[in-house]
Amino acid sequence: MYESDPEILLEARHISKQFPGVLALNDVGFKVYAGKVNAIVGENGAGKSTLMNILSGVYSDYQGEVLLCGRPVSFSGTADAQRQGIAMIHQELNLVPYLSIAQNIFLGREPLNALGLIDFPQMKRDTVDLLERLHFDESPEKLVIDLRPGQQQIVEIAKALSLQAKVLIMDEPTSSLSEKEAGILFRLIRELTENGVGVVYITHKMNEISLLADYVTVLRDGCFIEACPMEQTSVDELVRKMVGRERKDFFIKRQHRLGECLLAVKDLCLRDPLREGKYRLKDISFEVYAGQVLGIYGLMGAGRTELMEALFGLYGKQVEGRVFVKGRQVKFNNTNAAVAEGLALIPEDRKTEGLVLDMSIEQNTTLASLKNFLKHGLLSFKKERATVEEMRSKLEIKSYSGLQLASQLSGGNQQKVVLSKWLLTKPGIVLLDEPTRGIDIHSKNEIYKLMDDLAGQGMALVVVSSELPEIMAVSDKIICLCEGRLSGRFERDEFSEEALLKAALPDKA
Amino acid sequence: MKKNFKVIIDKPVIKPLVALLLMVGVMSVLSGNFATTDNFFNVLRQVSVNLCISVGMTMVILTGGIDLSVGSILALSGAVAAGLSKNGFSFPAADLYVGFTFWGCILAALLIGAALGAFNGWMITRFKVPPFVATLAMLTIARGLTMLYTKGFPITGLGESFSFLGTGWFLGVPMPVWVALLIVAFFAFFMLKTRTGRYIYAIGGNKKASLLSGIKVNKIILWVYTLAGILSAVAGLMVTARLDSAQPNAGSGYELDSIAAVVIGGTSLSGGKGSIAGTVVGALIIGVLNNGLVLLNVSPFWQQVIKGFVILGAVILDKVSPGKSEN
Ligand SMILES: Nc1ncnc2c1ncn2[C@@H]1O[C@H](COP(=O)(O)OP(=O)(O)OP(=O)(O)O)[C@@H](O)[C@H]1O
Ligand SMILES: [Mg+2]
Repeated sequence: MYESDPEILLEARHISKQFPGVLALNDVGFKVYAGKVNAIVGENGAGKSTLMNILSGVYSDYQGEVLLCGRPVSFSGTADAQRQGIAMIHQELNLVPYLSIAQNIFLGREPLNALGLIDFPQMKRDTVDLLERLHFDESPEKLVIDLRPGQQQIVEIAKALSLQAKVLIMDEPTSSLSEKEAGILFRLIRELTENGVGVVYITHKMNEISLLADYVTVLRDGCFIEACPMEQTSVDELVRKMVGRERKDFFIKRQHRLGECLLAVKDLCLRDPLREGKYRLKDISFEVYAGQVLGIYGLMGAGRTELMEALFGLYGKQVEGRVFVKGRQVKFNNTNAAVAEGLALIPEDRKTEGLVLDMSIEQNTTLASLKNFLKHGLLSFKKERATVEEMRSKLEIKSYSGLQLASQLSGGNQQKVVLSKWLLTKPGIVLLDEPTRGIDIHSKNEIYKLMDDLAGQGMALVVVSSELPEIMAVSDKIICLCEGRLSGRFERDEFSEEALLKAALPDKA
Repeated sequence: MKKNFKVIIDKPVIKPLVALLLMVGVMSVLSGNFATTDNFFNVLRQVSVNLCISVGMTMVILTGGIDLSVGSILALSGAVAAGLSKNGFSFPAADLYVGFTFWGCILAALLIGAALGAFNGWMITRFKVPPFVATLAMLTIARGLTMLYTKGFPITGLGESFSFLGTGWFLGVPMPVWVALLIVAFFAFFMLKTRTGRYIYAIGGNKKASLLSGIKVNKIILWVYTLAGILSAVAGLMVTARLDSAQPNAGSGYELDSIAAVVIGGTSLSGGKGSIAGTVVGALIIGVLNNGLVLLNVSPFWQQVIKGFVILGAVILDKVSPGKSEN
């Protein structure tokens, strides 16, 4: 196309992919240039992950042609694709929980010693090297189950790096990374492209696109819309093409009249079950009023998720301190009690905590509020269907029917199913742990508006987010956590990125 | 109603159903004695015991668990019913003797089943004993208790009511078949239309997500094992009634036939996926096979070999689906 275009490593031509009920890709083309960051953008369900799954050998039944260095190829599976130099970091984590970091990274490709046995020292050395490149400070022997999702993501990245691929596909790699870790990843990506690796980068964060991308391809509803070098376009133009309509005004928070104090937490502590006498959360106190949004900011591992889960009754008697709902002291010894008091938790990891993947959208949506779908004590499918259809169109969940399995939804749409599940419980207090992770801009704005509406209806919201602009946009006040302790409180007029970051960072003594 | 029916006969059941029909066809051609009314009810009667157990097993496996103790619970509850019916309950030290009516015996057997099943569930939920281990322990505990209770001898001669339950007919259908039919219908409906049924699927599909949805996971699991115990007791009553005696080694190995029925019926051993309808088909496949091979004079040794291969075949058939490449 252009004289100066670099070598094309991998190319997809006229790719179509049919799933039962949906045409996920419709005659799509895509090129991966050597030494460049090739970005793909598109709304939730546009077909980005599906295209990448084809290029990395996950799906072998599709129409169209894949060319590797100009020659047609057809991968028999991911291992085959890896052998030919194509590696992918998937949107969802695919690690073996009870294996160590090192074992996960080298799974199926363990280095062998002269006797043909696994060369553990070698494996450990290689892992340490990899983790060092990623500035990741954990022992290679640590089990993956003991890592937080963000840390697991880093292990995924290390695993892909270790393959030394020519083409490295990253499907929303930063969705669970902190800003600092994302920075490290960006530097690494530059290093890779300088060495001629073709990086494919999928993200919903437009600032990352303007920062990283050399070429951008836009997909919408499974169709190819456009591909061009980044310098010939702008973020606004891209967003317009993704959405297919003018971008709506950016979200502006409304001020709601505050009601009574719905949730008050006094000196909450969470004992560490593994280490006697230690605490994972210590002396946390805050209040949230009806109509208010409380933001919780902190770095990864600061205890934000633990705080949410402790409030939701997941840790039972390990929790000390007092919790008041509407001024009445409550004890949440199990999640059921929390739900009964009107709490809702939208968890951090939708696939392992939010959804039953083998169940339909319908069954997932009604799971937390089944008692409202009874007729003469029995489940009424008609009631279920009617309500779920309403939620499906209200939240624009992209799916061909309410009977579609949750596992078959794109990442963003899965999150919407989790949200609708909790909206149906008519909660008074909503805890949201990274609610917009992996959600496209359009839907993100919808979710912000939805949160604002909920606050307007007199609910109290507690939101955890690692994205500073997001948390500052949606919150009325923010508390910062650092290493399990409260390290700062900010009212809306005191918000600033510097102040929040400073409070979240541990003191370097 | 029509819609419900469609959900019960869901797609995964089609494959085993076709296999069953094929098998019936082949047997009918090979053996003149197979496709007779007598033999039809004969097969159903033989299947009804396994069906009762397998309905419970299906629920257990749907939660992601397993129950190896069904055969032993069957034996103990059958023995207790027989013993109470014949000898009553006497406690010489207090000069106490309690006689049991037919219904009293039934109730006692069901309570025993419930108690042992609940014990399984308690071990699993309270002490986090893996289901395989907890029910394996119960397998030997309940068998031992049966031996102690019967002193190792069969208890025979149980009277009219029992023999009606075991060998009687009602409206042209054998009694055990009625019992199995009722149980199947009830639990198929239960799994489809009650909250607990839905929760059972959810727990097997994703325990953490279920917990975070406010479901009382432990309570449901406890119930499921209790129900499995009760259904084993029902099967125990059926076996005892048919033989008009309680054998101390009754039901040994039944857990295998039951797990086989569930698996052939398309229920996934990792939980969350499957149905009672599938299990019915699975149990029928095993029943037809057992019956047909006997009619064809296949040696019992070969019967076992063939049964094993049928289990493998059924599961492979179920796994093969076009599309995604796996490696
Ligand atoms: N296994 C599957 N079976 C059926 N439909 C599927 C399956 N996987 C994906 N789909 C459908 O294909 C479409 C494209 O999905 P894909 O995951 O590629 O979207 P995406 O662009 O990656 O979205 P996101 O940004 O939310 O991750 C969606 O409509 C989705 O519902
Ligand atoms: Mg995706």
